[in-house]
Amino acid sequence: MNPFSVQHIKHTQDITGLSTEDRAKYIAGGTNLIDLMKLQVETPSQLINLSQWEDEQSITEHDDHYRVGAMVTNTALANYAYHKPSLSLLSQALLSGATVQLRNRATTGGNLLQRTRCYYFYDTTNACNKRQPGSGCAALTSMNRIHAILGTSDDCIATHPSDMAVAMIALDAKVLLTAKSGEERGVPVREFYCEPGSTPHIENILENEEVITAVIIPKQRHGSQYYRKVRDRSSYAFALVSVAAGLVVKGNRIEKVTLGFGGVGTKPWFPASAIKMLIGAEFSDEVLDLAIDAELADAKVYGSNNFKPDLLRNTFKSVLNSLYEHQCENDDYEGALYEN
Amino acid sequence: MKIDTSKNVLGKPINRVDGVLKVTGHARYAAEQQFDEKALVGWLVSSDTAVGEITHLSTEKAEKAEGVHAVLTYKNAGPLKPFSKPASESRFTQSRAVLNEPHIRHFGAPVALVIADTLEQARYAASLVEYTIDAKSPDLLLSSEQATTVPDSLDGGFEADVESGNSSHDKKAVEIEADYTTPSQISAAMEPHATIANFDGEKLSVYTSVQIIASAVDALAVTFELDEENIEVKSPFIGGGFGSKLGLHYDAVLACLGARYLKRPVKVVLSRRQVFYNAPHRGHSFQQMHLSCDSDGLIGDIEHHSAMPKAKGYEFAEATGAGARVTYAAEFINSTHRIKDADTPLIDSTRSPGDAIGSLAFESAIDELALKAGIDPLTFRIKNLPEVHPVSGKRFTTHRLGDCLQEGAQKFGWQHKPAPKPGKLIGHGVASAMRMNVLVPSAASISLDSNGKLTVRSDMTDIGTGSYTILAQIAAGAFHSQLDSVDVQLGDSSLPPSCGSGGSFGAASTGSALMKACELLKQSLKKTLKQKLPNLTSECELVLEGNMLVVYETDVDTHTTTNLDTHIKRADVDTHTNSSEPQRFLLSELIDKDNFPLTEIGEVGEDDTSEDEQYSCGAHFVEVEVDTHTGEVRLKRQYGIFSAGKILNVKTASSQIKGGMVWGAGYALTEAIHHHTDSASFINPDFGEYHIAVNRDIADVTLDFLETPDYEASPIGAKGIGELGITGAGAAIANAIADATGVRIREFPITMDKVMEGLQNKRGG
Repeated sequence: MNPFSVQHIKHTQDITGLSTEDRAKYIAGGTNLIDLMKLQVETPSQLINLSQWEDEQSITEHDDHYRVGAMVTNTALANYAYHKPSLSLLSQALLSGATVQLRNRATTGGNLLQRTRCYYFYDTTNACNKRQPGSGCAALTSMNRIHAILGTSDDCIATHPSDMAVAMIALDAKVLLTAKSGEERGVPVREFYCEPGSTPHIENILENEEVITAVIIPKQRHGSQYYRKVRDRSSYAFALVSVAAGLVVKGNRIEKVTLGFGGVGTKPWFPASAIKMLIGAEFSDEVLDLAIDAELADAKVYGSNNFKPDLLRNTFKSVLNSLYEHQCENDDYEGALYEN
Repeated sequence: MKIDTSKNVLGKPINRVDGVLKVTGHARYAAEQQFDEKALVGWLVSSDTAVGEITHLSTEKAEKAEGVHAVLTYKNAGPLKPFSKPASESRFTQSRAVLNEPHIRHFGAPVALVIADTLEQARYAASLVEYTIDAKSPDLLLSSEQATTVPDSLDGGFEADVESGNSSHDKKAVEIEADYTTPSQISAAMEPHATIANFDGEKLSVYTSVQIIASAVDALAVTFELDEENIEVKSPFIGGGFGSKLGLHYDAVLACLGARYLKRPVKVVLSRRQVFYNAPHRGHSFQQMHLSCDSDGLIGDIEHHSAMPKAKGYEFAEATGAGARVTYAAEFINSTHRIKDADTPLIDSTRSPGDAIGSLAFESAIDELALKAGIDPLTFRIKNLPEVHPVSGKRFTTHRLGDCLQEGAQKFGWQHKPAPKPGKLIGHGVASAMRMNVLVPSAASISLDSNGKLTVRSDMTDIGTGSYTILAQIAAGAFHSQLDSVDVQLGDSSLPPSCGSGGSFGAASTGSALMKACELLKQSLKKTLKQKLPNLTSECELVLEGNMLVVYETDVDTHTTTNLDTHIKRADVDTHTNSSEPQRFLLSELIDKDNFPLTEIGEVGEDDTSEDEQYSCGAHFVEVEVDTHTGEVRLKRQYGIFSAGKILNVKTASSQIKGGMVWGAGYALTEAIHHHTDSASFINPDFGEYHIAVNRDIADVTLDFLETPDYEASPIGAKGIGELGITGAGAAIANAIADATGVRIREFPITMDKVMEGLQNKRGG
């Protein structure tokens, strides 16, 4: 950990008065950044501490959306979402991530910006284009069990590790950003992340010194919902595959499908092709296969993650089948299915 | 008259006597200890290549960094005896030299130690040290054929190769060839390796986290070429060892180097990633088996061939085939071990060396044979139990594996499986556990002061297993006194030298030594009493009540011997005394005050244990649920039943066994170190990606003991339990998965992708 200075903000307008250095970093819960600093993966010269940022620590309900402040903890958001049937999916996603202790510290804004858990990104003796642009990618030819099959490039196959972001993508949430100039903009989470291409160190569309101030989640019906996370151990492990799904059916017809995939993409994956195949279709095993085929059309495997297309297919189909069965029996149902 | 036997606490499930200290933070672990002067903090600069010579070192920038006191490298750290010398010493007492030569032996090895006022300063300055290593391509074991060396010896004293009996055609109706692999694994103790050391120019004082104190003193004496008299090692509390702290590691040698260089206390605590490289791990194994039986399921051949890496320059090879040699009777047994010298971090004892991974493969293969023969795996095992040791032909001192299997099956409800939920499969698995028992020379003392307070002293360690508690129980039991009148002092090299903790031998060995010390103290007290009570028999019973010594005269005809075994056995049962009133003496009046404290030392050695075959044994039963879509395995129940002689404390023993069963789940399902073969580094050296089981992975874990004291094994009747819980635990899970799915995975751990693929292939086929 290199020497660094710390500045604090209390109010959103404080951002405009900051005198920031080139290697400044915002720090919220610090559950990821501090680890990376200890390993010399992140070497900021300045931290801008957001933990006393009073303006963005609450969730508010509005006519057509919920507004979640950037500093709302994962624990608080999970609790809130648990009590809102149309946000059950988000609650499940949050609760599947990390541990109670980490979720108590981790924030909504910070969760969206956490870095990959790629082994080679974490180990500074390995080549990693994300950590050190141009150094190469050790993951391409080494053990890559946890790596992506969608949105990959010859320079990077690291996954985005967030569960919450997968749910946010499924729910069509939007991030609100505030620049140092005070300017605000809103960006759909689905457009917030970048695929690695030849610049894997650029992970999102944040401009210099922009900060996430809030996440807006539209109020929509998502029917029966489920966040299914498949991983190497049953808690405190990142997803090998996760499927965030909501389903509304009328008779046999799929009226609405809500989807997001985790653990398979270089960014939280919005399966637009699969959704396109499903919307309006008669629900059947065949249509599920067609939908996942469409999404996996461009998937690439890298050796030790060769199982992921099958695992994604099987997980996707089992989740959608469960939701369909549940919807058929409870067609007005709004909320999550829970493992018993 | 009857003695109040409620005070006889031996065996009772009492809470840990050090429990309150631990949960209130008053138990000080190595890194929390302090000397008079505040310790400086050392941080490792680690090698980024596996093997080679340091050709360039630049430490100026680090030396100039804020707070830095010294940067030690091979150029300035001072002389040490060369690593692993002298050959005449054991691996725990040979030199553990580091920073004494430009040669780097493995990835992650220390290149430098930066010593600063604070951890953050040292860690940052470490990033400023520049070095170049002229690296060579590392030797690794990549296939079983590469392991061609016959190890000189195996851990536990087993021979590398064993062949017994003759193979006949009669028992080859059913044959299987099964090649299993297990991955590299790490002990994963919660407390990382940590040391704080001070050196005043003559005396080296060390607080460290180590399982065996006496060999740690020897190792430091050898490494630093100091007189043992001038070395003090303390390890009062240890946050888990699992073999990784049997000997000292780089944290200790580096802290001592720093203290020697600066003549100030220096602390070195390994980070989790550093633990993976600077403490031992277990090598991966190839286990190739050929097994056969006749159509009735009687075993003909057992062939087990093990291939594993051995860390270069470090003598350790584990007896992976031990279980295959002892668990079942067979016409022909052939067990071999081959190794290859590899450029890896130290490979040493890790959670039940030999049997943990040996049983994983062997007990899985036995299941395969049973299923191929069309015989229930439980029945098959019971059918093939040996009368005597299948290889040596010697009798077992006690052997209740058959009882464990039979009673266990009943308690568990073998093959009474609940109906699976939609999309799930349910399976039951069983596995046997056999773990060799040894008694190791050990000593402990007991002291009695004039207030009736008993103090136990030994350099024995408590690695979380409950040594403090069982030793207090033994002393209290011997004198029928209250547990809180016993003080136990452990983990200090100034105390009588014990066997330490490891190899499942700690409790029985040191417990027996203490029992002997208590007997000696009683004899000494009786001698004194005899002056006041000339008619006192040697069988009288002594009871400590506060500062009083109470003498009960027992029925002489029922106890006519002073044989130690008889005495100890008798302590288990109610002691009947004759009708005469007990005599009470104030200790301070009975004995001259100058003679307090009265102290006796008890010792055990090889004469205290049988030369026949000694094993602890058990049977594991598991119920799993498997997801048919994803192949995910969920444990529903783990049940074990064990026979390990007398159980000294049912609670701490159960906890220890349960821990082993949980480790077994890790070995079956999740744990694996992945190797970078180019750099001989580890890909996942942290708890984020090296998956030890978490609470949610583990369901219902229950167990029973079949308690039969084994006085041939140890004077106190106890046998080892430390490594018994993990032995067979993973195989029972693997067998349950196979039972549920019909898919046999021979490459551990059994991750969901392998099960999913197996299920798909089965459906496709």
